[in-house]
Amino acid sequence: MIAIIDYGMGNLHSVSKAVERLGYEAVVTADPQTILEADGAILPGVGAFGDAMQNLSNTGLDEVAKFFAASGKPILGICLGMQLLFSESTEYGQHEGLNLLPGKVIRFSGDFKIPHMGWNKLSFLQADSPLFAGLDEGHVYFVHSFHAKVELESDLLAVTDYHGPVTAIVGRGNVFGMQFHPEKSGELGMALLGNFLALTRSEKTQGAATA
Amino acid sequence: MLAKRIIPCLDVKDGRVVKGVNFVNLRDAGDPVELAATYDREGADELVFLDISASVEGRATMIEVVKRTAGEITIPFTVGGGISHVDDMKRLLRAGADKIGINTAAIRNKSLVSDGARRFGSQCIVVAIDAKFNPEWGEWEVYTHGGRQSTGIRALEWAKEAEKLGAGELLLTSMDADGTKDGFDIKLTAAVSNSVGIPVIASGGAGRVEHFHEVFQQANADAGLAATIFHYKEMTIQEVKDDLRRKGVEVR
Repeated sequence: MIAIIDYGMGNLHSVSKAVERLGYEAVVTADPQTILEADGAILPGVGAFGDAMQNLSNTGLDEVAKFFAASGKPILGICLGMQLLFSESTEYGQHEGLNLLPGKVIRFSGDFKIPHMGWNKLSFLQADSPLFAGLDEGHVYFVHSFHAKVELESDLLAVTDYHGPVTAIVGRGNVFGMQFHPEKSGELGMALLGNFLALTRSEKTQGAATA
Repeated sequence: MLAKRIIPCLDVKDGRVVKGVNFVNLRDAGDPVELAATYDREGADELVFLDISASVEGRATMIEVVKRTAGEITIPFTVGGGISHVDDMKRLLRAGADKIGINTAAIRNKSLVSDGARRFGSQCIVVAIDAKFNPEWGEWEVYTHGGRQSTGIRALEWAKEAEKLGAGELLLTSMDADGTKDGFDIKLTAAVSNSVGIPVIASGGAGRVEHFHEVFQQANADAGLAATIFHYKEMTIQEVKDDLRRKGVEVR
């Protein structure tokens, strides 16, 4: 069972349907016990970083997400959910994130269209990541005005190019994040999500490999 | 580099696709959800549903269509038509729509654009503009109510204002080009695209694959939308993309 963490931000329906279409049971939930018992967790999100962290901490789900990550089971942040994995953000003020990955979320700046919205091509930086098993680089669907600057290159699995390299997929051990919407990214998006979900069925090997 | 987007548009009335659709191998060619899934498989980058239901019941049906579509397709989709309150937006977004298109209501009540953008984010607010050349002005005028009412508003001014109000994207239909199949309105699209900093979806006039290349290259459009030519299989999305790829335009 895959827990889709419901903390009042964004459209969870599409993510949950995508998980089900890939052959996994999905539960949209805010219940700590249900989340902690799941084989994998997804932290979705659309909206502002500060509001999201506020909602997470009001409900205690920030600690639940951290605890889940510490358990070694796979967790995936999508879009704003990916940004929340980082240490801090400067979106409308200074906000602390879940701090599962060191790095900072900052606004795009420059003489170009913001948000970065539409289909853009992924470049895989770490081809041996289990997320990329059997896949070729291709386009996925992005919508965001802020982007993550990782502190450690080793956490950066894929980038895209929007007036410079932009963090697209991050991962460390069992913690993953995708800046784009895999559930809205055609076949490639579904395949990437499928590869993440597959980790929830081989969690023991994963845990051992990344310990 | 962002890929240029190809977007089919489906007119839906009381939960059924109304414009003639000529797909083979569909169990139900009038089912918007099945058509949406077909376009998804065929490489569409996004979809637009235009709800032309006139009744409350028809609109309620649209919510069900949106829910089912969200569960079936893997690309973003916009729902437009008859949205006049922030609550309408909320219901559609909750049901799984990615973006909301507003046209007449945005002109009547500009705060709908700003309120929607503030509550749900600019990225999900698409302002649709129907424009027609006004020879007296020497520029384009905005029409509402499905192109039936002139407004006295200049399209370029409205485009800029919509951006300021918080629109994340403009869906620009040329009433002069619509239905001609002679190509998109390059002048209008270029004029709008060059006066705003948000993406512009060009609509109206596509009749041949190369028309998409023209509007991307000459008018700086970010996406091209068409309805009947795709529905009637006069061209496929892949044919359009192959042409663009050959000409060096980035597509998915």
